[in-house]
Amino acid sequence: MEIRPILASLRKHRIPATLIVLEIALACAVLCNAVFMIGQRVASIHWSNAIDEQGISVVTVNGADPKLAASDIPRNLAALRGIAGVTAVAAATSMPLDQNPALSPFVTKPDANTTVNSSVYFIGSDGERAMGLRLLQGRWFNADEYAGSGFKNFASTGHVALVTQSDANRLWPRQSALGKTLYSNSASWTVVGVVADVLAQDPKFSGPGGMYSSVFYPLQPDGVMGDYVLRSAPQDRERVEREAVQVLGKLQQGAVVEGKTYAGMRSDYFADTTSMVWMLVLVCVVMLAVTAFGIVGLTSFWVQQRRRQIGIRRAVGATRGHILSYFRTENFLLSTAGVLAGMALAFGINLYLMEHYEMSRMPWYYLPGSAIALWLLGQLAVFGPALRAAAVPPVVATRSV
Amino acid sequence: MFGYYLDLALRSLRRNQILTALMVLAIGLGIGASMTMMTVLHVMSADPIPDRSGQLFYPHLDPTPLDRRKNALAPDPTDNMTWPDAMALLAAHRGTRQAAMSGGNLVAHPEKVSANPFTIDGRYTTADFFAMFRLRFVAGHAWTATDDTARSRVVVLSEALSRTLFGTDDSAGRMVQLGEHTFRVIGVTAPWAPQPMFYADAAAHKFGESDQFFLPLATAVDLKLDTSGNVSSWKKFSGDLTASSVTWLQFWVQLDKPDQVAAYRRFLFDYSAQQKALGVYERPADSARLDSLRERLVTLHLVPDDLRLQSWLALGFLMVCMVNIVALLLAKFLRRSGEVSVRRALGAQRRDIFVQFGVESALIGLVGGGLGLLLAQLGLWGIRRRPDEYAQLAQMDTAMLLSTFALAVVASVLAGLLPAWRACHIAPALQLKTL
Repeated sequence: MEIRPILASLRKHRIPATLIVLEIALACAVLCNAVFMIGQRVASIHWSNAIDEQGISVVTVNGADPKLAASDIPRNLAALRGIAGVTAVAAATSMPLDQNPALSPFVTKPDANTTVNSSVYFIGSDGERAMGLRLLQGRWFNADEYAGSGFKNFASTGHVALVTQSDANRLWPRQSALGKTLYSNSASWTVVGVVADVLAQDPKFSGPGGMYSSVFYPLQPDGVMGDYVLRSAPQDRERVEREAVQVLGKLQQGAVVEGKTYAGMRSDYFADTTSMVWMLVLVCVVMLAVTAFGIVGLTSFWVQQRRRQIGIRRAVGATRGHILSYFRTENFLLSTAGVLAGMALAFGINLYLMEHYEMSRMPWYYLPGSAIALWLLGQLAVFGPALRAAAVPPVVATRSV
Repeated sequence: MFGYYLDLALRSLRRNQILTALMVLAIGLGIGASMTMMTVLHVMSADPIPDRSGQLFYPHLDPTPLDRRKNALAPDPTDNMTWPDAMALLAAHRGTRQAAMSGGNLVAHPEKVSANPFTIDGRYTTADFFAMFRLRFVAGHAWTATDDTARSRVVVLSEALSRTLFGTDDSAGRMVQLGEHTFRVIGVTAPWAPQPMFYADAAAHKFGESDQFFLPLATAVDLKLDTSGNVSSWKKFSGDLTASSVTWLQFWVQLDKPDQVAAYRRFLFDYSAQQKALGVYERPADSARLDSLRERLVTLHLVPDDLRLQSWLALGFLMVCMVNIVALLLAKFLRRSGEVSVRRALGAQRRDIFVQFGVESALIGLVGGGLGLLLAQLGLWGIRRRPDEYAQLAQMDTAMLLSTFALAVVASVLAGLLPAWRACHIAPALQLKTL
């Protein structure tokens, strides 16, 4: 296809041509960044979490008398174990994604400093099985450690801790974390095991550094434990959660008892992210539709303006295919110019957002990705008007000249 | 002439209905999306306490040691005040009114034994709080400074909580169990929920439900009641909130006149210098500062980043729509070259053509604005169903309603400028020949 005549004709219609280029450029820039934002958010919704998310239910008891915890908690646990389908039960201070962060800095030397905020979890006997933690190295807490560890001044009075794999790699790179000493606010614990990465209590608050930074301590029955973690088969979890709330409601008169499945906790945590994703998708779709309508409108105008020229071309031997490919090539050239400008603009917007918002650099493949999307959109939009152009009969050339 | 142009515009718009619909749709969508976001930003940056906002100030002191490293991820400890500092500022009584406060969370036990207990959010504060923030009482009254020092077990309830607990607004004098302790209800406040909750801790939620109860701060400390909000300590934390190395209190002061503000600023520097001389502070006196309510709102970072990004996106979308309308209007106006040429040949000036097309663009803008308004209402309805805490606020007021139309008309007239300018520069002779 000869493109010189197309360029010549575009030069004659500079303003409409510029408008199409501008529209495609803007759409491309907004699309790139919106799709990138969608991608980031979808990735965050799917953050992995090495606990048995599908099988866990959590019942929170708030306002029980802490002085009675030593007798209340074992009694409650025994009652919960009686619920059909429950495979493990434990008390704990908090759960990943419960939006109630208890954070501490952890270091490898007594006076060192860090900016990473680690989530601190205290789990009662059998906690590892109830949560479904995955042990990668070392061992679980033994019965003595569970029975002999207390809670004072927001720290464990015991001597052992479990760390996540991310923390083990961060604190002791290229070494085994087992047997090492972990320090926080001049208290220390020995690492006895490394578990697969568990999410923080509030990963958005803890930031990228603290997302998978979690430390687990054993804890004897204590008033700070407000969560009862129940594990069952996934299909039983709703029933288990309902029955557990009834059981604890009866046993803990005067306290506030609330239950949730862990799957529900997770979708609650990401609810605003999910709604943002849908909003972004909606904006992208509508914007692409508007761009397509713009292209259809302008090309139709062009076709109508050039009916006579099309007729002359047809009269001197151009086939319908020629006319069709003329408009499609023209649109391709305009889209290319628009897409190039759009990619530069998208990159600029990304730089601006990186500077002013917590936004990371856009991977390069988003640029050609949206470029291809807009090329296809342009071709699709131009198809209708181009077909109408191809249908112009040669006889038009002979009229009213 | 205007009426005639309006008639011409209507005829022209009716002649090509698909093109007109496309343009109205484009401007409607663009305006709808941006007005939805602008309304949300508008309600979120509203003045929380209009009749008092100019007189409220938030003092900042910096008792942290010199070797404290700034952590961008963690909340700023100097955002709040230590117990000794807050008590000293209260005792100094340099403002018209002043109050120290902290968020609190308690389990409320209804009078009826059969009813389930539930958790409530409220505030531990000092006597001036009510007069300073203009709370109205429907029953009883606020506590006094004497109650603060005596650590009286009194409580002020919100009207809603009083109704839930006692079934009546007038529960003054009754006893209520909150957590493990019993308090005497001294007053019941009329609904009061400034949006945003400017006076709360920076980490607390800023929109939505407000405080349901108010307790004297000293009583809460005495009874070791659960606080909510950020507690920062730069020494080993023993759980003692009255330590001089723990910040957790918000402090507000009411200063009515500019010279009072200047005097208070001096007082803060003097206090800071004195603390340094005593060896309590390590940092220089000018690390103290006095923020106005406006400045405090900026520190609170009220508008989440996600929302700002969405607003940028909406504006980008409006831009795409505008370029689209420019293109469509250009196509529409240039298609009428013949008509323009006839008018010009009959004596119309360029200006007349320009005005004629301007009226047509404005008309599209007006109709598009109407559609935009509908879409914005739909968008706001969608936002109200979102889980974010600001969602419930998303309502359009008259100002935003009018600016929707203004923005739509301005946008479409702007979009019509270039096409109208092109149309009025058509050479009539050339066009007439081809008719």
